[in-house]
Amino acid sequence: MNKTIPNSFRSGPDDRGRFGQFGGRFVAETLMPLILEVEAAYEAAKIDPSFDKEWRRLLKDYVGRPSPLWFAERMTTHLRKNAPEGMGAKVYFKRDELNHTGAHKINAVLGQILLAKRMGKTRIIAETGAGQHGVATATACALMDLPCVVYMGAVDVERQKPNVFRMKLLGAEVIPATSGSATLKDAMNEALRDWVANVSDTYYCIGTVAGPHPYPQMVRDFQSVIGVEARAQMLEAEGRLPDVLVAAIGGGSNAMGLFHPFLDDPEVAMVGVEAAGHGLDTDQHAAAISRGRPGVLHGNLTYLLQTTQGQITEAHSISAGLDYPGVGPEHSWLAELGRVSYVAATDNEALDAFQICSRLEGIIPALEPAHALAEVIKRAPTMAADQIILMNLCGRGDKDIFAVAEHLGVSL
Amino acid sequence: MSRIAARFAALKTEGRGALIPFLEAYDPDPATSLAILRGMPGAGADLIEIGVPFTDPMADGPIIQRAGLRGLKAGATLAGTLAMVRDFRTQDDATPIVLMGYFNPIMSYGVDRFCVDAAASGVDGLIVVDVPPEESDVLVPQATAAGLDMIRLVAPTTGDARLPMVLKASTGFVYYVAITGITGTRSATATDLAAAIPRVRAHTDLPIAIGFGVRTPAQAAEAVRAADAAVVASALIERLAGTLDAQGRATGSTVRTVLDDVRALAEAVRGARL
Repeated sequence: MNKTIPNSFRSGPDDRGRFGQFGGRFVAETLMPLILEVEAAYEAAKIDPSFDKEWRRLLKDYVGRPSPLWFAERMTTHLRKNAPEGMGAKVYFKRDELNHTGAHKINAVLGQILLAKRMGKTRIIAETGAGQHGVATATACALMDLPCVVYMGAVDVERQKPNVFRMKLLGAEVIPATSGSATLKDAMNEALRDWVANVSDTYYCIGTVAGPHPYPQMVRDFQSVIGVEARAQMLEAEGRLPDVLVAAIGGGSNAMGLFHPFLDDPEVAMVGVEAAGHGLDTDQHAAAISRGRPGVLHGNLTYLLQTTQGQITEAHSISAGLDYPGVGPEHSWLAELGRVSYVAATDNEALDAFQICSRLEGIIPALEPAHALAEVIKRAPTMAADQIILMNLCGRGDKDIFAVAEHLGVSL
Repeated sequence: MSRIAARFAALKTEGRGALIPFLEAYDPDPATSLAILRGMPGAGADLIEIGVPFTDPMADGPIIQRAGLRGLKAGATLAGTLAMVRDFRTQDDATPIVLMGYFNPIMSYGVDRFCVDAAASGVDGLIVVDVPPEESDVLVPQATAAGLDMIRLVAPTTGDARLPMVLKASTGFVYYVAITGITGTRSATATDLAAAIPRVRAHTDLPIAIGFGVRTPAQAAEAVRAADAAVVASALIERLAGTLDAQGRATGSTVRTVLDDVRALAEAVRGARL
């Protein structure tokens, strides 16, 4: 394993799609030509000013970017109450929950659907767990008049009914994945199978920074709009960069989007928060980096939850969006290099943070960033009062109120 | 000469193509699956492909995925699969055995140790679905050093520019995926195959096997008329599944039903070029 510190943390992946040993293109020959076609199309689009212009127009006028940078003053005051004198960092939120469709997912979806159109593809497929990426993809397809098929684990279809209905309203077809464990990883298996059977007309819109190259890089590049904005906004608000960035990690797209533009700023520390579910030392969590080991699934080499025999195990999190047994390969690389620290928050810690944020800031966060907030709640009081902690509030909690009510024993 | 090369050379002298039936290790239990494996050469199998169960077989359809899950439930592991091959080799030292599976269980086992153990157990070749030529270096040097053939998939989507590179990376034989899709779904027509196989043949001297969508004796005969071998997987697994009881256990007819089908396929393959 090569742990030499690179000159830049922002130069990956290499031309094989590797971040150190992680990433790559571990797909069947049937898919390989498609992956290469997407890569060539993306490389061409990236340097085409008209592609960038159209994507940015959509981000501004359709999504509502830039999303605000919010000084969470009441949260800051609250966390200083139990901190020693002079301690308690200023807490900022990057408010990607205000995006159209309610999460950061739309940033990369619009980029990918524009790419699909440019490639002449006439049908879009996607996988979804909680339904946020499915809703974003269905939205973009409605806007651009493309048929959309979303694969969703049959178990998730049952527990995320509002998002299933949203996708249908937007004109998408939702196909329950019944194979295997019938959750997100199986939805991804089904989407890959659909793609291989419909190679000529179909584009597969992946929701996170995982999968075969070029997806981890491409989704990161699109999501980096979050970090680029946040960097400029923080310089304007505080005249300096934040001390710590915090973001939730499922596949890791919101975190990569926030972190990537700051990776070469050595004064900025970064923390990724995985889902600890019922606890890291139980078998009910989704912490691939904290408790998994490197393996190959869904086209990339990365940290995975697996048995000693190399069979993939089920992830668990209260947040369906974090409920995945893997993680994006760039995170695996950053973890091994030590550039980003990876910690975890339990279901209960996330539920507490969810409620605190709602009451103190008037913002109902999604359960995914509630995990990040749980870490902010632990960490801010250990930092000096003149330090700054910036969290990616990557989604809003409307979709989660039913699940949260159930956990709190409230019947709606 | 390797068992694979020797078998194809012998068939060439006979002037006929090969039947390569497939079974999933431990499906539905280790004893039944070993009985099927042992019975296959007598039923007319020329080479045998053994599927190594994996939780997330992304190139396979629901039939093979379910077989894999049955195998896992029965305790299948990579080590257990190698033990099956060792058992088989005590009675048959000539029929080539190819393992088909995904990379993650091999990575967990340890690539170096796996290649050595596989060769020592009597495995002749590997089809590792999610290791394309681009990722060869994770496995091929070790496999080659152990004397294992690396059988590559070639698909209808493998364009002319890419084809020579994929074929160059292949040893033993080439596995032509007859359809764009997953296992056990649709079938290619004789016309498709008649057009596709010469395109591959132009770039390689290796024998070509056709798989994905070869289900019936007639289709197997068509495949060996167009190429050198027919791989039949999902159809056999489906027949096996049909003999299981409500709890998914083997019944008295499981082994016989599968081997009867292998026999019918072998008859069609042997008659194809006469």
